Amino acid sequence: MLSKRIIACLDVRDGSVVKGVRFEALRSAGDPAALARRYNAEGIDELVILDITATLEARRALADTIRAVARELFIPLAVGGGIRSEDAAAAAIDAGADKVSLNTAALENPALIATLATRYGSQAVVVAIDAKREDDRFAVYARSGRTPAGRDAVDWAREAESRGAGEILLTSIDRDGTKAGFDCELTAAVSRAVAIPVIASGGAGALDHFVDVFTAGRADAALAASIFHYAETSVRALKTHLRQRGIPVRL
Amino acid sequence: MIALVDYGAGNLTSVKKALAAVGAHAAVPRSPADLADARGIVVPGVGHFGATRALDDWWIEAIVRHIGEGRPLLGICLGMQWLYEGSDEAPEVRGLGLFSGRCYRLPANGVKVPHVGWNDVSISRSSAIVQDVGDAQVYFTHSYAAPVTGDTVATTEHGDRFASIVQRGQIAGVQFHPEKSGDVGLQILRNFVALTG
Repeated sequence: MLSKRIIACLDVRDGSVVKGVRFEALRSAGDPAALARRYNAEGIDELVILDITATLEARRALADTIRAVARELFIPLAVGGGIRSEDAAAAAIDAGADKVSLNTAALENPALIATLATRYGSQAVVVAIDAKREDDRFAVYARSGRTPAGRDAVDWAREAESRGAGEILLTSIDRDGTKAGFDCELTAAVSRAVAIPVIASGGAGALDHFVDVFTAGRADAALAASIFHYAETSVRALKTHLRQRGIPVRL
Repeated sequence: MIALVDYGAGNLTSVKKALAAVGAHAAVPRSPADLADARGIVVPGVGHFGATRALDDWWIEAIVRHIGEGRPLLGICLGMQWLYEGSDEAPEVRGLGLFSGRCYRLPANGVKVPHVGWNDVSISRSSAIVQDVGDAQVYFTHSYAAPVTGDTVATTEHGDRFASIVQRGQIAGVQFHPEKSGDVGLQILRNFVALTG
């Protein structure tokens, strides 16, 4: 049976892993390759490196980070953050990424999804959607959650799929870093609307939050950062808990 | 040297890296003639079956000659599907026909297609490619799959039960990505490299 995936996210700035709350108040959480190694030993299913640097020099350093992680880990690796062009995606893939995650670039230039899907296959193209509750809908935000994109999350996920996206990485801005639990309504709404896998993100703080997002939230995978970085929970402890609750995981 | 056939279907970096991790040197041949020096051939690939069209008559002839001389070949994902007669994904493109049957789209019987993530392989018969590999989980990403036949070594269930590992003599295929399947994947690559002796 297909396992529910547990994905660890490394938000990388200037070569080191950082983590914030509601996309702000960043603090350092260590060396990306060292963390990646630890997660792999604990049985993580996949890694995401999210580049949150703005400068060009730092972006070149990111390729070194990708190479360092990809050299020793033989599990899927996705890279996102600031991938605005086909060239930037190619640079990440050449450095060893298996997938690239597009966010603002896909909103501004949706044709980029198809361009990359044609070149590398849909399995290499993840569309990341940052969504926030507004009245009774989920509004999409661009530029690290700062700019309203004027789109509905469910509609945008459907469009991304039709343009060739292989997966949706769905982050609840309201829950990001709060440890209050995933937004299961948001996740279920998007997961029902598309046939491609949906990765839930934002809000993981307790083991049962993962149970909830895989059942009520209908998520195919769940992504977390802080819960693993500060060793509050090991990947193995989480997976053991999920299996006890009847959720298929790779152990 | 193990030849990693590049026909434009995806990225070869991770396969090359994984082969290096099990002690094999892989190189990308520039022309079919380069296959003459290869101890083994790996046909990787992701994406659309139509991409295999780039493996034209020259490549096919060189690959068939390689196999005819008893040298091993491993197809990964789309590269495995290409070893069958064809695929419903691109009916106008012929496969190599080394294994009987056609690849078909996985039915979405209460599951999502594409099939993405870690799933079980159940080994149905012993074979060199699964030496020291027990029932395990490996990483898949595909929508089309090969039918279960007498050459099938292991199967996986997702919407339907399909062939996830196949082997006959020196020719093997895996539907999943051994280069992305942790230690189990590396063991399968090691087994293939051992075949190249």
